[in-house]
Amino acid sequence: MIDGALIVAMLVAAMRTATPLIFAALGELIVEKAGCVNLGVEGMMLVGAVTGFAVGYTTGNFALAFAVGAIAGAVLSMIYGVLVLHLHVNQYAAGLALTIVGGGASAFWGQAWQGLNMRGMGPLEIPGLSALPTLGDLFSRLDAMVYLALLAAAAIAYVLTRTRLGLIIRAVGENHDSAHALGVSVIGVRYGAIAFGGAMAGIGGAYLSCVMTPLWIEGMTAGRGWIAVALVVFATWRPARLVLGAWLFGLVTIMQLHGQGFGLAVPSQILAMLPYLVTILVLVLISRDATRIRLNAPGSLGKPFQPTA
Amino acid sequence: MTKRLTLAATALSLALGTGAMAQDEPLKIGFVYSSLIGDAGWTFMHDQGRLMLEEEFGDAIETAYVESIDGGADAERVIRQFVAQDFDLIFGTSFNHMNPMAKVAAQNPDIAFEHATGYTQADNLAIYHTRAYDSRYLVGMVAGAMGDSMGVVASYPIPEVLRGINAMTLGAREVNPDFTTKVVWISTWFDPGAERTAADAMLDQGVDVLAHFTDSPAVVQAAEDRGKFVVALGDMSQYGETAHLTALDYNWGPYYVERTRAVLDGTWETDNTWEGIAADLMTIAPFADSVPEDVREMVMVRKEEIRSGAFHPFQGPLVKQDGSIAVAEGEIPDDGMLLSMDFYVEGVEGSLP
Repeated sequence: MIDGALIVAMLVAAMRTATPLIFAALGELIVEKAGCVNLGVEGMMLVGAVTGFAVGYTTGNFALAFAVGAIAGAVLSMIYGVLVLHLHVNQYAAGLALTIVGGGASAFWGQAWQGLNMRGMGPLEIPGLSALPTLGDLFSRLDAMVYLALLAAAAIAYVLTRTRLGLIIRAVGENHDSAHALGVSVIGVRYGAIAFGGAMAGIGGAYLSCVMTPLWIEGMTAGRGWIAVALVVFATWRPARLVLGAWLFGLVTIMQLHGQGFGLAVPSQILAMLPYLVTILVLVLISRDATRIRLNAPGSLGKPFQPTA
Repeated sequence: MTKRLTLAATALSLALGTGAMAQDEPLKIGFVYSSLIGDAGWTFMHDQGRLMLEEEFGDAIETAYVESIDGGADAERVIRQFVAQDFDLIFGTSFNHMNPMAKVAAQNPDIAFEHATGYTQADNLAIYHTRAYDSRYLVGMVAGAMGDSMGVVASYPIPEVLRGINAMTLGAREVNPDFTTKVVWISTWFDPGAERTAADAMLDQGVDVLAHFTDSPAVVQAAEDRGKFVVALGDMSQYGETAHLTALDYNWGPYYVERTRAVLDGTWETDNTWEGIAADLMTIAPFADSVPEDVREMVMVRKEEIRSGAFHPFQGPLVKQDGSIAVAEGEIPDDGMLLSMDFYVEGVEGSLP
């Protein structure tokens, strides 16, 4: 009943489920590394989803669709930026407001796109890889964004730990007063981080409306933005763990669906909880050292910054 | 285009409010919708009913609608607004509109209220819903003719959904006795990503036909992408040119016409309507080209038998999954049993959550 082809199918589905989460969560990771908590991921994903769909539908050019989705997410995130960085609004409240604004704005702009059908972005053919036995089937069914999500995670891990830019971002998140005293533009760095977070959330949303379910419907992210926010914390702000967490979440989601399909005699409500339980459990286990979590958590996370002199 | 025009007209009539026409005022009918008309599903089907009203009664009535009203305070505000503008008949089309509607109805005894799918009835608040299982049986027959197994993307294990799963399976097995049904519960009415993933999982497990109880067309897209079939919820053929075999369709128009006529005649009174194909409240969408002529005929014959009462989708012998008899041969289940259905019939795999 379970053969190679089915396992490949499950892996493909798991990676597709994880990809929008990886994009959105990586963006939020950078925002939090710079010291801000943006709970507006869901709203930015929705705006990315509707603009991405609109561009994909009209032009058929998915690279452009993702770019526009990213821009839309970044533009929306600037509302949060201004509220938090200039008006010193409570970050959690501003993020929640952003989710509401994003949901409403996307529903409003999306009215014209509701009910349209489009052919989604197809898988990426990589010469050579697709010819491999069994595994080739896996590679021939993955789309470019799945790989791009991994590249983004690797790039972010590299930038954060190995470059001057990463050092500056972390310094701003760790202690904004010290960073300010050292002459770093805290506000500038945070604007950049927030815009990046918005762009990544926008790409995650566009993945939903252009690849996973190529259509636009109001509220179609259905809570994935919140899962992304949770992933960042459970991954203790580390890109590699974040990817693992997202994959694990995707894999358990798919396995529980298959379990139901095979008639596994476990209540479906328990199966439906599994992805959340397992992901949280594993991430808690691999980071059970409380001191190290505290070391990983940015010191100035969530605190308003008032520049002195 | 016509829809846009109606929208403009209704907006205008809302803006003009009362007293625009002093004599021979048209009957004003308001609709509260839970989502956008463009959702291709539930709300779209209700709006088709509203359009039928306009066609039927012309200048004698005036209709207006408000979209995307989920429930709670929003619904109450919209219903109160209709009341303030002297609407005579107000329809709430979603389960979530029930409580706000009951509240406003109690304060406005002279206005007729109608609520779909709820259970709170009052002297001026009627309730109506559909025997969707009539149509589920018919689309199940089509599924049975076109494949050997079905994968159902289901929401919550409530009687309404179980009736649907069972009716489809019974219909399919009438045509194809070895037909089996798999069910995946995703614990939501709406999550396109999850709907799609569940549909893909069942296609990976080799089912031939998909069916769904969830709102979005994601399941139809999955079938189309993989070259398999789907029987949809509401006509979603635009999302699956070849995959979309048929769909169960709600046909609210005749009910809306009947109730409106009752208000016009002054004979409206509260009621509890639960009707299906016999009252034309349910139907099925046009068949795909791939559905053979003999299958179409067989399904249409059954449809007429359901209409005339010669056939009941759950008539005995009705065998449960465990082999026990739920309805004996020659008997027809009563509404109480149907309304509390809590079992799978023979042919459905897996256990109830």
